[in-house]
Amino acid sequence: MRLTGAQALIKSLEMQGVEVIFGLPGGAILPVYDPILDSSIRHILVRHEQGAGHMAEGYAHVTGRPGVAMVTSGPGATNIVTPLADAMMDSIPIVVITGQVATTAIGTDAFQEVAITGVTMDITKHNWLITDVDDIPRVVAEAFHVATTGRPGPVLVDLPKDIANATMDWYWPSSLDELDLPGYHPRTTGDPAEVRRAAELILAAERPVLYAGGGILKARGAEALFELATRTGIPVVTTLMGRGTFPDSHPLCLGMPGMHGNYTAVTAMQRSDLLVALGSRFDDRVTGKVAAFAPGAKIVHVDIDPAELGKVRRPDVGIVGDARIVMEQMIAALDAAGLGPAATPAAAGSLAAARPDLAPWLAQVAAWQKEFPLTYDQVEGGALKPQYVLEQLRDMSPDDTIVASGVGQHQMWASQYWRFDHPYTWVNSGGAGTMGFAVPAAIGAKVGRPDKTVWAVDGDGCFQMTAQELVTASAERIPVKIAILNNAYLGMVRQWQELFYAERYSEVYLSPDLPDYVKWAEAMGCVGLRVESAEEVAPAIEKANGIDDRPVVIDFRTDAFEKVYPMVAAGSSNDDIIVGPTEGEGGR
Amino acid sequence: MAAGSASPRPRHHIVSALVENKAGVLARVASLFSRRGFNIYSLAVAPTDDERLSRITIVVDVESAPLEQIVRQLDKLINVVDIFELAPEDATEREMLLATVSAAPADRGQVIGLVGVFEGKIVDVGQDRMTVMLAGSPSKIDDFENLIRPYGIVELQRTGRVALPKLARRAARLRSIAGGSTPAPNDNEAG
Repeated sequence: MRLTGAQALIKSLEMQGVEVIFGLPGGAILPVYDPILDSSIRHILVRHEQGAGHMAEGYAHVTGRPGVAMVTSGPGATNIVTPLADAMMDSIPIVVITGQVATTAIGTDAFQEVAITGVTMDITKHNWLITDVDDIPRVVAEAFHVATTGRPGPVLVDLPKDIANATMDWYWPSSLDELDLPGYHPRTTGDPAEVRRAAELILAAERPVLYAGGGILKARGAEALFELATRTGIPVVTTLMGRGTFPDSHPLCLGMPGMHGNYTAVTAMQRSDLLVALGSRFDDRVTGKVAAFAPGAKIVHVDIDPAELGKVRRPDVGIVGDARIVMEQMIAALDAAGLGPAATPAAAGSLAAARPDLAPWLAQVAAWQKEFPLTYDQVEGGALKPQYVLEQLRDMSPDDTIVASGVGQHQMWASQYWRFDHPYTWVNSGGAGTMGFAVPAAIGAKVGRPDKTVWAVDGDGCFQMTAQELVTASAERIPVKIAILNNAYLGMVRQWQELFYAERYSEVYLSPDLPDYVKWAEAMGCVGLRVESAEEVAPAIEKANGIDDRPVVIDFRTDAFEKVYPMVAAGSSNDDIIVGPTEGEGGR
Repeated sequence: MAAGSASPRPRHHIVSALVENKAGVLARVASLFSRRGFNIYSLAVAPTDDERLSRITIVVDVESAPLEQIVRQLDKLINVVDIFELAPEDATEREMLLATVSAAPADRGQVIGLVGVFEGKIVDVGQDRMTVMLAGSPSKIDDFENLIRPYGIVELQRTGRVALPKLARRAARLRSIAGGSTPAPNDNEAG
């Protein structure tokens, strides 16, 4: 079968099982947009290429399948650079196809020419510039393979216009052997001797903590984590990227650690004698000052990326492998050492029988939880507290609602106050901290899981960065719901200026009503609602949850002075956690 | 053997990477070093006997980052097919130097003499200059460079090192008669 390069590209995407492309056409990608008309793949026309990238990420977050975005050369390609960097930091599998000027024009500063493979070299897991039409099916297969295996990540395929117009004999690689990836062999199974050593450390620990990260979600390992935690009775902290890997309602769940983690999660890690890091990477926002982080803890570190082992903290046992597979190996090793499923007695004479009693540790943890819960104070008739909005939103929405967030105070409150009881229900920009992520990511998530309620919790600053994608959502009938926690400020920056720059507020004020978010929402084809007091919260959420034929935006006018607590100041030890505004420096 | 075997751990290690012979691979390697803050001391790239592969020999500054991190991050690059590290004492290293030296007729005999002692070659001769070539271990090249410097170096170019692992030396006469454990190949850095 003779196909053009453009047809071969679309057919390759079909062969990969792609059901949706988020994109925006332009000159260099024009040939590829023609066969889309004849394809079964749905195309969603975005209003800005950054939106396409974040939609692909949101889709990948909730489905586990790679998100696909397609844009033209030059500015189209550079507009998707931020989503690529975001996906790189958070290990999100997306495949971005960019048009490129004709091979004969490359290097001549042609119209809309940018060497995007060079630009994105450091923010993709890998990228390809196709220079031979016969390579198209193979490179597409390689791109999907690289994006989705090992440590997942973004990839980019750059397709010059003349290659898209050339013709080739269609083929499809029938196996991985036909791919040209001699240097790519991710290891998924853990070294059995190291797994046994990890099991021994687990059975010897008196104050252990499971430090569960986003890698568990990528490995589809939530069930294995549940078995590991309940069998061992070890409490679990779930990182910002790992929220939902272990149910927040479970008594062993301590919630989020880190800079704005809760006191118990932070302090349990600090006092632990064993940290079992599972698909987590000792990010600076988790460790605080590295030299003072969990000083008494032995470390078991499980990661599919060998370079993560020892990058920040040297592990006592380092295991390269897929988090799910290694946890299953650990469970088998614990079984062999006499530790059966939860609530079964340890085999007599086994290593497990000599295991220290965890009861004092769990009692200590419970005492911290009782003494230092998350707190806020919604005064009757007083300013609307963002935490109150989130608690109402959580309690009034379905248990398996997907929550997307932007970056800043609202993101931390959402992570703190939502109750994540299911994996793949939390979509946020963790590593890169990309403001404007929420709206397009929520749209991508809703496309991937149309059966679920999708709420974006956004800040007013973030919303203004990518709100135009609600036009896309209206046009494509993607009924996402947006809760803007509108405090009229770039709130997190304002918080730092209040605490660390002597309340000298520099360029953080945005205004609560410029723009008018309700009118803006309506102009974009959404329902727009405004909430100014606590008693209006529930009725507005009820109304929004009842709308399923178009997007809804609620402008919640929240207290500008509210700050995110607890807080570990940047560069400080986690021991110096500030629990609330009455403690530590400043605050009201 | 490198001079100064009694000195503390060497600052430099050799990383030898077998990479796919494709466009942009060197840029990926260089860019990785740049973004991770690793320092390159020298770098040499050339094809191998297999036309699909090239070998990149990088002398890295292990004070800028732990060697293990450098190797593992490099190994993550999709185009890096194989990678190994070489401690200087375990490697056979060679480098080449080309230098154009001022050699007025009065000095010419001395320069030629030096080149002869170091087993180099005179590859070009002008009125009052000559271009000399020397291949050898990096320390030998250093010594030669220092010795010709007083004559006046007009231009000088070094290639950077290439290296291969030293072969295991397990000659029969060195084996323990008592049948004790034989040292592992390359395990000659004790002390």
